[in-house]
Amino acid sequence: MSDVTMRIWRGDANGGDFENFTITPNEGEVVLDIVHRIQATDAPDLACRWNCKAGKCGSCSAEINGRPGLMCMTRMQDLPEGTVTLTPMKTFPIIRDLATDVSFNFAMAEKVPAFLPPPMPEGGYRMFQKDVERGQEFRKCIECFMCQDVCHVIRDHEENKTNYAGPRFFIRYAELEMHPLDTNDRRELVREEMGLGYCNITKCCTEVCPEHIHITDNAIIPLKERVVDADYDPIAWLGRKIMRRSKKSATEAAVQPAP
Amino acid sequence: MTTSPYEHHEYDVVIIGAGGAGLRAAIEAQQRGLSVAILTKSLLGKAHTVMAEGGIAAAMGNVYAEDNWMVHFRDTMRGGKMLNNYRMAELHAKESPDRVHELEQWGALFDRTKDGKILQRDFGGHRYARLAHVGDRTGLELIRTLQQKVVSMGIKVFMECKVLQLVHDANGRVAGCVAYWRASGEFVTFSAKAVIMATGGTGRSWKFTTNSWEGTGDGHAMSLWAGARLIDMECIQFHPTGMVWPLSVRGLLVTEGVRGDGGVLRNSEGKRFMFNYVADMFRAETAETEEEADKWYDDHTAGRRPPELLPRDEVARAINTEVKAGRGTAHGGVYLDIATRRTPEFIRRRLPSMYHQFMELAGVDITREPMEIGPTCHYIMGGVKVDADSAATEANGLFAAGECAGGMHGANRLGGNSLSDLVVFGRRAGMGAADYIESGHAATDIDESEVDYAIAQALAPFERSSGENPYDIQRDLQEMMQDNVGIIRTASEIDFAIAQLDAFSERVKNIAVKGGRAYNPGWNLATDLPAMLTVCKCVAIGAKSREESRGGHTREDFPKADPNFAKINFAHSSDGGKWDSPIVTVESTLLEMPDELKALLKEAK
Repeated sequence: MSDVTMRIWRGDANGGDFENFTITPNEGEVVLDIVHRIQATDAPDLACRWNCKAGKCGSCSAEINGRPGLMCMTRMQDLPEGTVTLTPMKTFPIIRDLATDVSFNFAMAEKVPAFLPPPMPEGGYRMFQKDVERGQEFRKCIECFMCQDVCHVIRDHEENKTNYAGPRFFIRYAELEMHPLDTNDRRELVREEMGLGYCNITKCCTEVCPEHIHITDNAIIPLKERVVDADYDPIAWLGRKIMRRSKKSATEAAVQPAP
Repeated sequence: MTTSPYEHHEYDVVIIGAGGAGLRAAIEAQQRGLSVAILTKSLLGKAHTVMAEGGIAAAMGNVYAEDNWMVHFRDTMRGGKMLNNYRMAELHAKESPDRVHELEQWGALFDRTKDGKILQRDFGGHRYARLAHVGDRTGLELIRTLQQKVVSMGIKVFMECKVLQLVHDANGRVAGCVAYWRASGEFVTFSAKAVIMATGGTGRSWKFTTNSWEGTGDGHAMSLWAGARLIDMECIQFHPTGMVWPLSVRGLLVTEGVRGDGGVLRNSEGKRFMFNYVADMFRAETAETEEEADKWYDDHTAGRRPPELLPRDEVARAINTEVKAGRGTAHGGVYLDIATRRTPEFIRRRLPSMYHQFMELAGVDITREPMEIGPTCHYIMGGVKVDADSAATEANGLFAAGECAGGMHGANRLGGNSLSDLVVFGRRAGMGAADYIESGHAATDIDESEVDYAIAQALAPFERSSGENPYDIQRDLQEMMQDNVGIIRTASEIDFAIAQLDAFSERVKNIAVKGGRAYNPGWNLATDLPAMLTVCKCVAIGAKSREESRGGHTREDFPKADPNFAKINFAHSSDGGKWDSPIVTVESTLLEMPDELKALLKEAK
């Protein structure tokens, strides 16, 4: 491959600028390989996160030519020739260079009322493959937080971060809602405090998901339907009361210890 | 009361590492009413546990009712070439089914059998299909489940907090640690009544490895410096199937599940060569022909096991031999073929992340073409010497669990036994620490001079105006260990490595770091290198001392197993407790196995 100019944003919360590095990619190299080569030579203090280098841990999220991507899964040969621009995820505060403060996501995780199954029968729970598969799709999430990064509700509106969980946590709520064993009811919480209604299903999150999770179609839209059902449909409400095991209210669920 | 000039925190239990073992230990300790903090040098949920693909071994008997803890115990001991701490193998085999069921109580969703139980898959060295799994992303399921449980319990997790050194109280009990925040570069001290080490492995010291930047042996080294001993450090697992091409992904893990699900190994002549590499120990239970082997996948009573599913050490050596004999691929590997053996639908359903990994990183469609693979440094069986029941180390107040603890896997670990190790012994470390604290003998205060020493060491690279780039040292160390203490070893090369490691120590004393302290990866690497060197020295000394071949330790000059070495571990301690202190190595006799367990090993022959 011919030489590439890596245009990498360097700086911290006080500001920064782009620094250019010229490098010749080898066959098969990914963006993270190039960042590592720059660290090993010209800039040992270039900050970026990474762990598995195999698309399994979701650490090395950045914006590659303006689009969120995992640096370890983006091959240089698949990018346009010439210049590659690397910037940190925009939605989160900068720590340094490509590392951002993603603590918003961990704060949202703490607000999720715990999984609450019935007591386990002797020999373990029985569940069927088709029933676990819905939740399994969402549990593929590697928490790269690129769906959060791209979601305009918080990307362009800092003030929404106090009352909006974001796509990563909508799939978490959907997963629990569809879990064959869970008895907590989080629908009121999702509607009133997690801001599900702010999502206007533009599917940006689905487009950037490296695990190809159908965030909008399989999680957010069904979750919206269930939340609306819970709130407005008295027959569905009555039906659930009669037919289903009782689900605890969100407030009660939040303080309920897991087994 | 500590009057530290640094940010300071006090907890009953401080756990270093947020992989499966650390998280499980935290849950147990908190449930005992203790205040618990987890320190991790990454973000929560990113630990190396996520890389585990194939599954978690537990003799639940859901697929083969014949399976039970006794068979699992036997398989583990035989896989470990009898070098295991038998009591750890026994506890592990007995308790892992409960730990798997517990994960489902906390929200895990394993793949199911037709009747709704947890499905189990075949893996190397396990007599029956025994690995509970979620496709090929079982480690992610395990860590996410434990992470969500930890968060729901309100356990404090300090992220991107890199621990530099353990500290003691005036009586020599482990009393806490010194760390620094990645984000700011500021130092922080923790005092604790008990510390649990759960830092994982050390594969980052080899060139071709499945390990991330985190696998630098911090916990092995810090425990050694603090007064604990390390055993079996020469036993390193080279996973048979790492990617070999393109070079940028060389070493990346390809799950053993590919072979468990029907994949076979072929050389450049297209031959299934593993039939030529069946050791006497496994001959009675291994198929002799391809026809027999192929019947086994559907019905384990219709034929014997395919030789591709021998334990990892056997398969890795065989691949190495084939390549050296000139029957390798153009890139120095062999072929792993599932494309001609299973339908594309089956492959995509059972091995989704392998499908994506090869498609996206190598441009190879594994439903149509074979994979090119070769051995890659994956796991260290050796680790901190612990008491099986309590996970207590030989340093008072220090406990260890998971990959950084030694003994459970003997000379070679079976696939699937690591995830179960994490939850079985993570829990036991939490219990052990709680019992220790309740006994009233725990430490109360920390020795400030040790804090000052650790911080001075960490800051030294900033004080040199010129010196070496830590990345150069790391690269040279990886190449040196790969070449001289790799999969096949010999005395002259190990001697060379031992001499080289002393030279590396001098280079580390001359590191100069560029930039500031805030989120500086070069500086962070400079703080990793002392631990890496300490661990490499123990590996090399162990490799020199064990003049035989056993499991993950193969000597070209001593190619056979020697019964005299079957009874001993080599135990390393630090004479001085500093990173550059001399290592002292002695023989340590293995625990004597009770007769009823010996009988299990005989019966099954």
